[in-house]
Amino acid sequence: MPQMNMVQAINDALRLEMRRNDKVVILGEDVGKVGGVFRVTAGLYDEFGEDRVIDTPLSEGGIIGAAIGMALYGLVPIPEIQFADFIFPAYDQIVSELAKFRYRSGGEYVSKLVIRTPMGGGIRGGHYHSQSPESQFIHVAGLKVVCPTNPYDAKGLLLASIRDPDPVLFFEPKRIYRAAKGEVPEGDYTVPLSQASVVRPGKHLTVISWGAMIYEALDAANQAAAKGIEAEVIDLRTLWPIDIDTIVESVKKTGRVVVVHEAPKSCGLGGEIIAMINEKCFTHLEAPPVRVTGFDTPFPYTLELEYLPLAHRILPAIVETAAY
Amino acid sequence: MSNSVLLGIGETKTMSATPTTTSHAAAESGARKGEPPQVSFDVFRVLRDDGTLDPATDPKLADEHVVDLYRSMVRTRVIDERLVVLQRQGRIGFHIGSLGEEATIIGSAAAARPQDWIFPCYREFGALLLRGMPLQRYVDNMFGNANDPVRGRQMPDHYTGRQYKFGSVSSPIGTQITQAVGFAWAAKMKKDDLATLTYFGEGATSSNEFHCGMNFAAVFKAPTIFLCRNNGWAISVPASKQSASDTFAEKAIAYGMRGVRCDGNDLFAVYATVRDAIARAAAGEGPTLVELLTYRLSGHSTSDDPKAYRKEQEVEGWKLKDPVVRMRAYLQKKGLWSEQKQAQVEEETDAALKACVKAAEETPAPSLESMFDDVFAEMPWHLREQRDELLKGPRAKGHH
Repeated sequence: MPQMNMVQAINDALRLEMRRNDKVVILGEDVGKVGGVFRVTAGLYDEFGEDRVIDTPLSEGGIIGAAIGMALYGLVPIPEIQFADFIFPAYDQIVSELAKFRYRSGGEYVSKLVIRTPMGGGIRGGHYHSQSPESQFIHVAGLKVVCPTNPYDAKGLLLASIRDPDPVLFFEPKRIYRAAKGEVPEGDYTVPLSQASVVRPGKHLTVISWGAMIYEALDAANQAAAKGIEAEVIDLRTLWPIDIDTIVESVKKTGRVVVVHEAPKSCGLGGEIIAMINEKCFTHLEAPPVRVTGFDTPFPYTLELEYLPLAHRILPAIVETAAY
Repeated sequence: MSNSVLLGIGETKTMSATPTTTSHAAAESGARKGEPPQVSFDVFRVLRDDGTLDPATDPKLADEHVVDLYRSMVRTRVIDERLVVLQRQGRIGFHIGSLGEEATIIGSAAAARPQDWIFPCYREFGALLLRGMPLQRYVDNMFGNANDPVRGRQMPDHYTGRQYKFGSVSSPIGTQITQAVGFAWAAKMKKDDLATLTYFGEGATSSNEFHCGMNFAAVFKAPTIFLCRNNGWAISVPASKQSASDTFAEKAIAYGMRGVRCDGNDLFAVYATVRDAIARAAAGEGPTLVELLTYRLSGHSTSDDPKAYRKEQEVEGWKLKDPVVRMRAYLQKKGLWSEQKQAQVEEETDAALKACVKAAEETPAPSLESMFDDVFAEMPWHLREQRDELLKGPRAKGHH
């Protein structure tokens, strides 16, 4: 099996699906000849031509609005938003149109597309190349939100996202675009949506995370193991609709929870996960659930490694929650 | 009648030539890319003040066709007027109509070929009925009942008509514009001979979506016809405050697109303009921006009282150019119409509407559980849970 990084795995998925389905088109800023600023679409323009890998004007609203129209016609567009931070000119199209098409038309129309966009910090990107806006899309009824953490999942989740009947936001944690490497099968396979993955089994405590922070959670869990605390680490993989069963099963076993995410703390997905745990298995809890997250500030440049919930912040939360 | 009434809001001066001296510097040489786009500042007209057609511009429609289109205009108007009454009686929650703008809607939709798609704003129910949507389904939408095509999920006049190649209405301004462009662009890629018609008011030319849509359509030569109904008012804001441009059509120049101005209260002119724009799009010449000069004789919607912001004098001036009145004068002069025929179509429409309203009022509201359908293709656990909670609740039996 070939070794790939995340960029290669996503590129492999796009190429595979474009060969398989001539309705799939990619559009976005710099996705064509140059293959994207992160090179995720490298080589696709040469193979599939300018009608299927389209360099667009610099206009996120235009990209998503036009992609919705293409999808209504019957194509399967995979627009790229160059950075998740720049998705907001398209927010009206995503929230008011894309998310609601099936519902508002009584099921008559479906606008099926997968919006790929790099997210997350730790790359010296400052406010506008670092944010994690996932909860701003989860709060909108009608959107699915996916965030892979390794090359195998990236390929399998992207293929599943493209074939899913609903619109999907596919957030790619750019900090680990090249750092996360692993074996990726050649050819076709999917990783089902809405199924979390237990990436480290444990019995004392449950750590729930996604995106680049999964590696920080694992690092902290391994350090905690040296102190005799066996933390179970859950990689959500699909953020919405969320795999509640895996979470509840783990919390019923451990009774203790730490949720880790890069996005700001207040109204982040972590708060929602803890509310769900309270609703579903409050009586199994042995300690107050804890969030380790980004702060409620704009994403800082110089101090970004202090902002991010890295292992050195997760470890004390694990230790304290385990000891509670 | 003054020329300014004929030409519309914002018409203050005559611009006769395309601005050939404008320099759109190409990156390397500083030279223009080519000929500037053609924008006609003259208002295209067919139906003259004396009730005859200008032979130079006459689209030469068969008399029976013209009579049919006039009937559609009258039906649209009668439905509009009756729905306002229903709203005032509290039987429907809202109506947003097309009083005074019937020619822009019926003329353009009639000019579309059967394969062309309509991406509506929210005033185009006349086009939807012209395309074959049964009146009952439209009235069901006004009541948001179980037979409503959108299952009571949206306000009245937020309909959908896929089988009539008619899009799904939403409230945000301009969002349909980029979608119409994407649809047409995709069809062009697949070598499918169709165009899209997208409707919007002059207020929408200030929206992001107008800019994005115009730009994408021009760059990719998408076969989209941009139908800007310049009806003078965006709720309470006059066209003169919407844009500092002398005309809305001239906005096409900067996008490298063809732009035309058309008397929107002249059904023949609208028909000919849109038919020509579609033919050009089908021939690969790309999109056209059409400014349809018309006037919103009613408020923005039933929630709006225009007396608060505009003078009755202005409205009276435009009533003299009422598109329905002008068409009727033309038809009567040609011996194609009579008082009896007018009374008949009004009475028939009224009776049909009454029957539809009765049926709609007798139709139950959508089921409680239908609230949770169609959010996703398959209902996820959290929606199943919320649905079950509602179905166990005190309103589960005998809601409404």
